Amino acid sequence: MEKFEKITGIVAPMDRANVDTDAIIPKQFLKSIQRSGFGPNLFDEWRYLDVGEPGQDCSQRPLNPDFVLNQPRYQGASILLARENFGCGSSREHAPWALLDDGFRVIIAPSFADIFYNNCFKNSILPIVLDEETVDRLFREVAATEGYELTVDLPAQTITTPGGEEIPFEVDEFRKYCLLNGLDDIGLTLQHVDDIRAYEERRKQEAPWLFETG
Amino acid sequence: MAGKTLYDKLWEQHVVRTQEDGTCLLYIDRQLIHEVTSPQAFEGLRLAGRRPWRATANLATPDHNVPTNPEDRHGGVEAIHDPVSRLQVQTLDRNCEEFAIPEFHINDPRQGIVHVVGPEEGVTLPGMTVVCGDSHTSTHGALGALAHGIGTSEVEHVLATQCLIQAKSKNMRVRVEGRVGPGVTAKDIVLAIIGEIGTAGGTGYAIEFAGQAIRDLSIEGRMTVCNMAIEAGARAGMVAVDEKTIDYVKGRPFAPKPEHWERAVAAWRELHSDDDAVFDREVVIDAAGIQPQVTWGTSPEMVVPVGARVPDPAAEVDPVKAEGMRRALDYMGLAAGTPITEISVDKVFIGSCTNSRIEDLRAAAAVAKGRKVAGNVKQALVVPGSGLVKRQAEEEGLDRVFIEAGFEWREPGCSMCLAMNADRLEPGERCASTSNRNFEGRQGAGGRTHLVSPAMAAAAAVSGRFVDVREL
Ligand code: SF4
Repeated sequence: MEKFEKITGIVAPMDRANVDTDAIIPKQFLKSIQRSGFGPNLFDEWRYLDVGEPGQDCSQRPLNPDFVLNQPRYQGASILLARENFGCGSSREHAPWALLDDGFRVIIAPSFADIFYNNCFKNSILPIVLDEETVDRLFREVAATEGYELTVDLPAQTITTPGGEEIPFEVDEFRKYCLLNGLDDIGLTLQHVDDIRAYEERRKQEAPWLFETG
Repeated sequence: MAGKTLYDKLWEQHVVRTQEDGTCLLYIDRQLIHEVTSPQAFEGLRLAGRRPWRATANLATPDHNVPTNPEDRHGGVEAIHDPVSRLQVQTLDRNCEEFAIPEFHINDPRQGIVHVVGPEEGVTLPGMTVVCGDSHTSTHGALGALAHGIGTSEVEHVLATQCLIQAKSKNMRVRVEGRVGPGVTAKDIVLAIIGEIGTAGGTGYAIEFAGQAIRDLSIEGRMTVCNMAIEAGARAGMVAVDEKTIDYVKGRPFAPKPEHWERAVAAWRELHSDDDAVFDREVVIDAAGIQPQVTWGTSPEMVVPVGARVPDPAAEVDPVKAEGMRRALDYMGLAAGTPITEISVDKVFIGSCTNSRIEDLRAAAAVAKGRKVAGNVKQALVVPGSGLVKRQAEEEGLDRVFIEAGFEWREPGCSMCLAMNADRLEPGERCASTSNRNFEGRQGAGGRTHLVSPAMAAAAAVSGRFVDVREL
């Protein structure tokens, strides 16, 4: 996993509540057996005027000029500003894969759906929860200033606006540690093999039916 | 000290280790695997040179992509037309073989939607922790299990370690008190709950469903309710174990062996919240007030009783919400103020892990019996949740009832719930669906989904529009 420390990037606004994972990456793209290549299909149904199919050359497809991410001013954005309950719906990890593949490393919203939030950390995306008022204000600032950039500093847990204002944010210590070091959870868990074995031995006594094999 | 909730008990029984920051390594008793969210997990194992920790703790079956059309189905995997779908199912087969994961193959009589197959086989049991790379894993909580959906990285993590790194959720209880009226089903109860607390109302919580109306439900009905806990934002939904739970599990192929049965039952009887348990949030809903529900928008919380009208965004005070409503009405092609019963449908889908069990099919068949699918309905599909549900329905003659009424009787799978196979809505088509998500494009790009119970879906099919099933 790629490490995450500090990034400065253009902010793209996604001004709707309850953006679900079907919108982030429509299901026809879930047929891939790979982890990468989902970027061009991020928000596919909003992004293009035609119906997307897997394996298409997206550079030839008609873009929806009204869709916010298609506006020239937001090209190259790496920070997504969103509304409440972002990422609700299915558990598909293809959603963070698509966001990452399209260059997003940070998502800021008043709230996230639980599984999506969790999936972000496993894919070196930092989801940041800020209060509604601050998010509202950022939406206004982004709209008012072309090329609006934020700096997100994970070790310091701050977001810095172009005006120099510092907005603090919360992040779970363990997740922060993994993100900073690009650590793979499986490797970490396997450091506790003895604990897992001991647990299994105890459970086999307490609840042997859980270990039957049908 | 306050007593424990059901969730507290299930959690504590599975903690392997608590990390410094309070997150836990949680032991997973059962993982269900399907073709869509697992290829990258197996690939990860392979790249790291890892083997499954306990292969037989997993069970795989293809469901999302499989054709449900009998002709297409008989040829097995090789006959799946769509090459990308075929590759995904083939990849599942190959991975299960390579890693010795038990699998019900595409034409195994036990194949079906993972969340129908698990309880039906006794593969998911009370007191277990159950995960699957699929958000509707909450379904299994109906048995008094701790069950939730996970992402693909976590699927790989569970394969490799039989554990998950988890932070404990808060406790929430939704009590549906009193009794529902005739014609009001588990689906109506859960849609009414979501209408009340919203799609983010359960975020951060594990929800226990309780109260007279929940206890009155069959285990299958409780599965319908727990299935949609995720649509209320909660990762896990659950119901306490009672005699119905124990009766349900008894005799299933993977149920505890006779020599362990009594001990298992004794342990399961403890799986309820203590009387003095404290919940972080409690919601009480009056069952008697619940009517058959129909969603009108693009989120499950956009739901009203069938006798109501499509709501007006102008009456909503929250501007973000009002904008969401406008967008939903626009997408759904509906005008505010339209009576729900004046909305006609193009297609009807009876199926999905929410409502494709035998009781659901019986309820739909009871309405379809002796009636005909209306002329304006282009297609009405009935897709059983598993091969065994299909067989049972055929033994009861339900297939004949559906076919005579003009429904199509299909092979088991997810089908039009998410339209990854050939079953889908065309742009602008309107569907009465027993599934769980009415998101934009969920059942096909541009498709318009209204979530209802199986009886209400059948009623819509024979009427060509939404009707109150109690008035048929
Ligand atoms: S039936 Fe629908 S919701 Fe259920 S597992 Fe299949 S696709 Fe998911």
